[in-house]
Amino acid sequence: MARDGRAVMILLSVLLVAMIASNTAIGSSDISPVDTVKIMVTAITEKLMLGDILHIEKVWSDSQDTIIMNIRLPRVLLGALVGAALATAGCAMQGLLKNPMADPYIIGMSSGAGLGAALAFALMLPLQLLAFVTAAGSIFIVYNISRIGERVPTETLLLAGIAVGFFLSAITSFIIFLSQSPHQIIYWLMGGLWTASWDKVKITFLMILVGIFMLYRQSWNLNVMLLGEEQAQCMGVDIEKVKRSVLIFSSLVTAAAVSVSGIIGFVGLIIPHIMRIIVGPDHRILLPTSTLMGAIFLVFSDTIARTILESTDLPVGVVTAFFGAPFFIYLLRKRRKSIYA
Amino acid sequence: MLEIKDLNVSYGSRKILEDINISTEKGEFLGILGPNGSGKTTLVKAITKVLKPESGDITFNGRSIKHMSGTEIARHIAVVSQVISINFEFAVKDIVMMGRTPYIKSNESPEDFDIVEDSMEKTKTDFLKDRLVTQLSGGELQRVIIARALAQQTDILLLDEPTSHLDITNQIDILNLVKDESRKGKLVVAVVHDLNLAAYYCDKIALIRDGKLISLGTPAEVLTPETIGKVYNLPVEVVTNEITNSLYVIPKLEPLAHP
Repeated sequence: MARDGRAVMILLSVLLVAMIASNTAIGSSDISPVDTVKIMVTAITEKLMLGDILHIEKVWSDSQDTIIMNIRLPRVLLGALVGAALATAGCAMQGLLKNPMADPYIIGMSSGAGLGAALAFALMLPLQLLAFVTAAGSIFIVYNISRIGERVPTETLLLAGIAVGFFLSAITSFIIFLSQSPHQIIYWLMGGLWTASWDKVKITFLMILVGIFMLYRQSWNLNVMLLGEEQAQCMGVDIEKVKRSVLIFSSLVTAAAVSVSGIIGFVGLIIPHIMRIIVGPDHRILLPTSTLMGAIFLVFSDTIARTILESTDLPVGVVTAFFGAPFFIYLLRKRRKSIYA
Repeated sequence: MLEIKDLNVSYGSRKILEDINISTEKGEFLGILGPNGSGKTTLVKAITKVLKPESGDITFNGRSIKHMSGTEIARHIAVVSQVISINFEFAVKDIVMMGRTPYIKSNESPEDFDIVEDSMEKTKTDFLKDRLVTQLSGGELQRVIIARALAQQTDILLLDEPTSHLDITNQIDILNLVKDESRKGKLVVAVVHDLNLAAYYCDKIALIRDGKLISLGTPAEVLTPETIGKVYNLPVEVVTNEITNSLYVIPKLEPLAHP
């Protein structure tokens, strides 16, 4: 593992912690950064029953405590989780499909989740559960359409994903068209962290953590497969097993993220590209740094989304693309050559 | 060492290889020759189990590849195919390390680094180790791919047109390198297009046409005007090259008038 890769990882980890702490301090009601940190540290020490060791004098009100601990912190943490999940899944999919346009949604996941959400709003069913099931279900269908015996050709996978995606989107559009309150579904499709809660953090945390870890385990195989599937096979890589594993765990983390935040675009597409420019193509470094950068970027974007307009929250998807796209264009121009394939 | 017995391979109803029988020994340099579309690459794919044969068997030291996992096959046989370019910015030493894939469990051991180092020395690519593969010339890249195959530490080296896209100096460099490996005991099986390079380097030649093994033996046995004429549909004269003391095949072309 390259030494500079490790340095980037440490730097990003520190940055992520700083980002989570500082962004929790930002919001419409005025709570100083120092008090924010004190509130969080107190909460943690109480949880761990270390209150006696580290005694912090309480200088804040209960309502401030509630705002930090029950409103802002879960939202920031959920943003970090979703950003991490999307960027990691996007990075793994780009590596697997060897396609620079790949993102976590490329084989139909967003359309699946969108349909689930539309059905949930229309029929008053539990939104998060239904979005998760339809997102994962759409990948299951796409995988089985593409399968020829034990093999799944990646070109077929891409095309089947697009076809199934269009089909499901058509149904979603139909439901929106007939719906009494189409704006609810449309807002959800834009992606946002409005509905963050500790419950959502807890439900998604384990799925995303396990999924990301399982994707890391394929780093080496993904590297070898970049040289071509047949060559990888001759070096002993079980390519169909790698494909299955990457698809399953990308789908798991993406479905978990989408079910709590809607379709947040851009993070899963661009963050891996940015990190590839900075740290190179080795997935052992590229995947973890993408995870960290995805988390940092979404926390940052969501803070802008919830503070930039005084009266209302913007969908975070608007912000990610608005700030991320120009930055990415800058990197592309600066490099002045093809970054991928 | 490597035995191919009654091998038949088909794509759908089309027969690509028919009743191929080849046996080989340690330290041998076997050339597989034949016109385009004769089934050479299919044979390579069958040997590495990328393609499943319709019938027949392939064995390494008496063991059938049917019962071997991909990892196990990769420990016996390393493949060098024609690599024109790699578009991902890996360092040369990372590409060579990929040859250790069949052995690495989670992380590279110090032994793996030693083997990679050694393979790069053998192929004279150690001075390139920190360069990006995207910046190499065709000849350098092919040598790196061979270093990767050596790092696999196999008994068999399988080359599928390793030099067809290279200039004459690089072709000879690479074939010398591979010949050295066969002298040290590896079995080398190489798909070659150039009849004269094959005549010089190969101990044994298998000549294939339309999926059938037409001739198998030493260059002198196989490279006769009759056989070449039949397989390539081209009248040739075969002479002895007095400089190399190997056979030399000359197509019987009419002299062109050069104004």
